Amino acid sequence: MIGDMIETRIHGRGGQGNVAAAYLLAAAAFEAGRYCQAFPAFGAERRGAPVAAFVRIDATPIHLRSQIRTPDYLVVQDDTLLLDPKITAGLKADGAMLVNSTRSGEEIGAHFDCRAFSVDATALAVAEIGRPIPNTALLAALLTLTGEFPLDALAAALKKRFHGAVLEKNMALIEHAADAAPKGLWARETVDA
Amino acid sequence: MVDDARLADLRRKFGRAPAAPSEPAPAKRTPREAQPRFRGLESGHRACQGCGEALAARLVVECAGPDVMIANATGCLEVFTTAWPESAWRVPWAHSLFENAAAVASGMEAAMKAKGRNTKVLAFGGDGGTYDIGFQALSGMLERYHNVLYVCYDNEAYMNTGIQRSSSTPHAATTTTSPAGKERMGKRHLKKDLLSIIAAHHIPYTASASVAFPQDLQRKVRHAMGIDGPAFLVVHSPCPLGWRHDSRLTIDVARKAVECGLFPLVELERGALTNVMPIREVRPVADYLKPQGRFAHLFSDDVRAQEERDHLQALADYNIQVYGLTGEGQDPADTGGAAAVGRSGRAPRGNDGAARRVS
Amino acid sequence: MREALEGSQAIARAVALCDPDVIAAYPITPQTHIVENISKLVAEGDLHTEFVSVESEFSAASVALGAAATGARAYTATASQGVLLMAEVLFNIAGMRLPMVMTVANRAVSAPLSIWNDHADSMAVRDAGWIQLHATSNQEAVDTTIQAFRITQDTELPVMVCMDGFILTHTLEPIDLPSHEDVRAWLPPLEFDRKLDPADPKSMGMLVTPDFFPEVRHSHHSAMQKALATIEQADADFESAFGRASGGLLTVEGDPEAKIGLVAMGSTVGTMRAGMAHFQAEAGPARLINLRAYRPFPSQALRDAVRGLDHLIVIDRAISPGLGGILGSEVAAVLSSAPDAPRILNVALGLGGRDIPETLYPDLLAAVRDPDAPAFSVFDADLKKLAPEDR
Repeated sequence: MIGDMIETRIHGRGGQGNVAAAYLLAAAAFEAGRYCQAFPAFGAERRGAPVAAFVRIDATPIHLRSQIRTPDYLVVQDDTLLLDPKITAGLKADGAMLVNSTRSGEEIGAHFDCRAFSVDATALAVAEIGRPIPNTALLAALLTLTGEFPLDALAAALKKRFHGAVLEKNMALIEHAADAAPKGLWARETVDA
Repeated sequence: MVDDARLADLRRKFGRAPAAPSEPAPAKRTPREAQPRFRGLESGHRACQGCGEALAARLVVECAGPDVMIANATGCLEVFTTAWPESAWRVPWAHSLFENAAAVASGMEAAMKAKGRNTKVLAFGGDGGTYDIGFQALSGMLERYHNVLYVCYDNEAYMNTGIQRSSSTPHAATTTTSPAGKERMGKRHLKKDLLSIIAAHHIPYTASASVAFPQDLQRKVRHAMGIDGPAFLVVHSPCPLGWRHDSRLTIDVARKAVECGLFPLVELERGALTNVMPIREVRPVADYLKPQGRFAHLFSDDVRAQEERDHLQALADYNIQVYGLTGEGQDPADTGGAAAVGRSGRAPRGNDGAARRVS
Repeated sequence: MREALEGSQAIARAVALCDPDVIAAYPITPQTHIVENISKLVAEGDLHTEFVSVESEFSAASVALGAAATGARAYTATASQGVLLMAEVLFNIAGMRLPMVMTVANRAVSAPLSIWNDHADSMAVRDAGWIQLHATSNQEAVDTTIQAFRITQDTELPVMVCMDGFILTHTLEPIDLPSHEDVRAWLPPLEFDRKLDPADPKSMGMLVTPDFFPEVRHSHHSAMQKALATIEQADADFESAFGRASGGLLTVEGDPEAKIGLVAMGSTVGTMRAGMAHFQAEAGPARLINLRAYRPFPSQALRDAVRGLDHLIVIDRAISPGLGGILGSEVAAVLSSAPDAPRILNVALGLGGRDIPETLYPDLLAAVRDPDAPAFSVFDADLKKLAPEDR
């Protein structure tokens, strides 16, 4: 909400790699030379329960440590979560929502009256890595849609987190997921070079 | 009138510097170097007359030292040896709390490992700090396999705070929190079988000893010192004040506890019984109970007194049976048997009738 | 080297940079990731230390105590119930004047059960005789951890590095970890004169009669007061070596002419800093005081920092039921001797992990101007959630 800071809220279910998604997005921003901050909505939830995580990205150091109430972007890893109105609460008027779903982005956007895009990230993940972990595919799609920083930054962040076959599969996955999203659809007018 | 020359001579002999040195002081000697022989626990401490624990601790440290350090639980042993600014210890010694001697010892041992040193770490606790409040820390230390010898000086109650019952207090003994009265015959519960619990950790060495059998005690300490891993030794240590017997009877009472079977002297390795001190001539439990005021109510006309005595006798009989304490036949481990030597040095009555010497 | 790291991971690596001889710890949320990361460093051979994975926090502190007594560099970490289970040992460690460092991942204390952040745990042992330093960011937590190892050996007082549980421990952000060589050059080897050593046997933890006990306590208090200078010096030295400071005893920022000031500790400072920047126009000028050293309490530095203020908002993240804010009460006591001391508005915020949004900033500044505002309140409590008789 402050200056050029981009705030992203990621929703998912325990076990979907929600915190990992937030950390990866922030780490990618770091690789792209930005300041970043990522943290989970600290809960005592178990596998399958709704969980949230927050990512702040800025060109200057980030001091604010509160949860994100008015995100620029929402990333929803499981479309059944959209039944809960709290998930979409606070999305900025010029914000946008990326959903892992087999439904179309238009349908979701129309229902929530916001910009929305969908990727069947679970199917992509199952095809590439053999497990229904949609997080990296969604991040690749988000970076492509926003054009905030290049996909290479995400690849660099992945390289620091994964190795061997897991890394190779995720690299392939983000390439495919990036192809599934139109470049710069959500590019901000004020985006800095 | 003090003979100055003789005083100086004595001081030289016992390593204390003369009050006014007439010649250049020799290179600074540590208190240990200044001793005629190594004694980890010096005399002059403030233990009561006839204190079993003080004797036991001296025997243990004398045998274990000098390359040791001690973590001591809160209790009489700590209080009577270290009233600031005086300390009776001639080995590095630290007291932290009542219930953490085993954990503090774990930390000392970890530090010795980190620094590549071989100094053996000892942990000392009473039965309160071992059977009860420090039990968790002890179990953790054994499970983590620290190279520590833990010695429990078992005087069967919280003596430091004034004789309150512990889980080591024998059945029917009176303490200030298990008094005898119209409704009660002393402690209602059994003495905890700590040795079995310790042995169940399958540590290299677990043993019981008694101040009445110093050679046996020191042999066990030496054995434990040679082990690279956890070892546990419980030493039966009478407390004349708490047990209410005459101070001069400490050894006698401790010996009778062994001879009647109530305090069996055993050794276990990796949880399996490997050695026991056999009892040649089993005494009735009453012989052990009689000199002790804590059991005085068991010798009243009360009908329950006989019941409780029978109960204690049954517990002793049970020990004799499960540990196989009766010395029969030719047994090489039998030479130090509980009845092997009397105070007067009379010949023991072995099975072959020949006199035996205590090794 | 700058890296994007989770706070806990960064702490584990910072501890490793300080070459501890013995680490003992027991896992508890939200400290868990610190222990796990240390375990991983040990398993990978990146940290050579005796790591003792104990059966309780009580033993964690006791193992660290035993190690420190032999002159080893010792470390442990815990939070919440773990701090309380350690409490007896913490007093003991400080009373024995043993050097060691402990991270507290600050968390509320049960009941009711809460795994979330507040300062009730470290506040509960504020009188244990430990130095307590608070970090506002993970960079400060890392740098303060390294400094703590130096402070503890210089003062022979144990040092607690407090970092807000989850808010810092679980946040990934850019962190600059110094090199091992640089830390080794900056942090001298631990030389502990009173160590247990068979070559020169000493007794420690002895019984002290009333003849000497008050003198022992006096010397401890006096050592804590002298530690104020050591803490400042360590931070200054660290800054000259590594190019950044962690806040000395306290820092003052904002408008020096402002009539309203805020005092906070830990991550709340960052959020208030953001609030001050964002709401400057509508809320008016203010001065923000970040209290880094809670024990020893920097009384004189605080008196200097509040000079010229009419109002001072003291933000507590723990309360003493029946009194009010703990920090607030202490600040009031310290300022009672200051001329023209500001009027204090003491608020508790973020208890049990209640999120502190920066939008609270203008509300706080409005409250301070309200003559009817209570001297102490749990500011973000929604009393409508309570039965009328409990409000």
